[in-house]
Amino acid sequence: MADKTATADEVVAGLEDGMTIGIGGWGSRRKPMSLVRAILRSPVKDLTVVSYGGPDVGLLASAGKLRRVVFGFVTLDSIPFDPWFGRVRESGAIDVTEYDEGMFAAALSAAAQRLPFLPTRAGLGSDVLRVNPSLRTVRSPYADGEELVAVPAQELDVAFVHLNRADARGNAQYLGPDPYFDDLFCLAAKQRIVSVEKVVDTGDLLAEGPVQSLLLNRSTVDAVVESPHGAHFTPAVPDYGRDEAFQRYYAECAKDPDRWPGFADRFLSGDERAYQNEVARFAEETK
Amino acid sequence: MNDASRAEVAIVAVAELFRGDGEQLVSPMGLVPSLGARLARLTFEPELLLSDGEAYLLDAGGVVEGWQPFRKMLEVIVPHGRRHVVMGANQIDRYGNQNISAIGDHARPAKQLLGVRGAPGNTVNHRTSYWVPRHSRRVFVPSVDVVSGVGYDNAAKAGPSAQRFHDVHRVVTNLGVFDFGGADHAMRAVSLHPGVSSGEVAEATSFDIELDGAGVTRQPSTEELRLIREVLDPSGSRDREVRS
Repeated sequence: MADKTATADEVVAGLEDGMTIGIGGWGSRRKPMSLVRAILRSPVKDLTVVSYGGPDVGLLASAGKLRRVVFGFVTLDSIPFDPWFGRVRESGAIDVTEYDEGMFAAALSAAAQRLPFLPTRAGLGSDVLRVNPSLRTVRSPYADGEELVAVPAQELDVAFVHLNRADARGNAQYLGPDPYFDDLFCLAAKQRIVSVEKVVDTGDLLAEGPVQSLLLNRSTVDAVVESPHGAHFTPAVPDYGRDEAFQRYYAECAKDPDRWPGFADRFLSGDERAYQNEVARFAEETK
Repeated sequence: MNDASRAEVAIVAVAELFRGDGEQLVSPMGLVPSLGARLARLTFEPELLLSDGEAYLLDAGGVVEGWQPFRKMLEVIVPHGRRHVVMGANQIDRYGNQNISAIGDHARPAKQLLGVRGAPGNTVNHRTSYWVPRHSRRVFVPSVDVVSGVGYDNAAKAGPSAQRFHDVHRVVTNLGVFDFGGADHAMRAVSLHPGVSSGEVAEATSFDIELDGAGVTRQPSTEELRLIREVLDPSGSRDREVRS
């Protein structure tokens, strides 16, 4: 059986400028942050990022990696707005495709099912249709004659998701309360990268969760990156919750152009090990 | 009873939004809406279903009674329509359009907000109400910058599929309770909170609003005040969201 384990830098080395990348999780929850940090260290640019957005979008914006964001929201949850996303929007530095949250799911579902679009009521009457002038409606061929939004399939070149456990073959498991849309991101993507807290033997997958927690099977996963605390500073429940103190510090520094270079230098200039070491020191300092 | 704070009056006014909702999911966004929903469940709407804001449905005793991940919410619960959401709003206009996306030109906003989130889908699929902790001309604008939640005029323009389940119910603010029962579904006052004058509301609203015929929002009962103060919000967070 193929061993799909890889390092974050190895999988990110496969990215090309201009690619469309889907990022799993939701807001500031179970984001593949170690993979995002690896993108920050790489030369790749002009990315289209498809995300129920949180600090993944903010960090990529901070490093000038984004050309377009496909989103329904960008939020840090316990802090309403991500300062970096605000800055690149307000400066006009990036393009956006803004969808209703349900339209966003329909776009991924259409791609996963190899359909050109899926119909939905969401979006009708709203400015989502005005700000996305390429969106079309479709009329029901049945007697009801309803006119609905035809959400086009959102295909992805690469999907990045972070789960709790996986085996080396790519069977992956979430142990928290919500799978979010991570399986859908993988089904919509040509290449599927899963980072996990811990790689375990296949026979141990059911030691920590029921069979229903096996969200991804190996046919939908191309690479497995073992990345302890890889979702930091977002939560990967039950392994850890959100690092609220660090998130607050991120948001404060992101808001202040004078403080951001110091933050980036301290936390984002080295590799993942250096990041986690600095985070541990930050926790000590702020205790 | 007359010692109820404005926040406590508002919590009861939010609770009243759910009267008659029965055994269905209610999704209150923010502190006062959450307190209102839980108060309604503890008193006159005991069958309401409420989530923990994440994937669990919790009963009134805090016991997990269901699983409701975000995917189920968006793909099943919202389109199925047995839900009443109370959202916030950065802007609301006379016909009930709401904006939580951005201020200014969408292509390059003066202020990026959350994004439209689920507001477009919510408003064309099921009952939607709004909570505004500070009623002001900045919030109540002649025309919203980015239509996130769909109002009555835009639903009508979009046609029968947008109108079929459209139901923007009410807006509760720190000043009063409003609906869209005016001419052409214009916003009008249902009731003003005790001590609030018509002039105060007119001054804080940048479009003409129908104020004749507004009643006075009811005072919390002794039992409601006890539940709010001793059970639901003993730390008094409510008074930081709404000043008396």
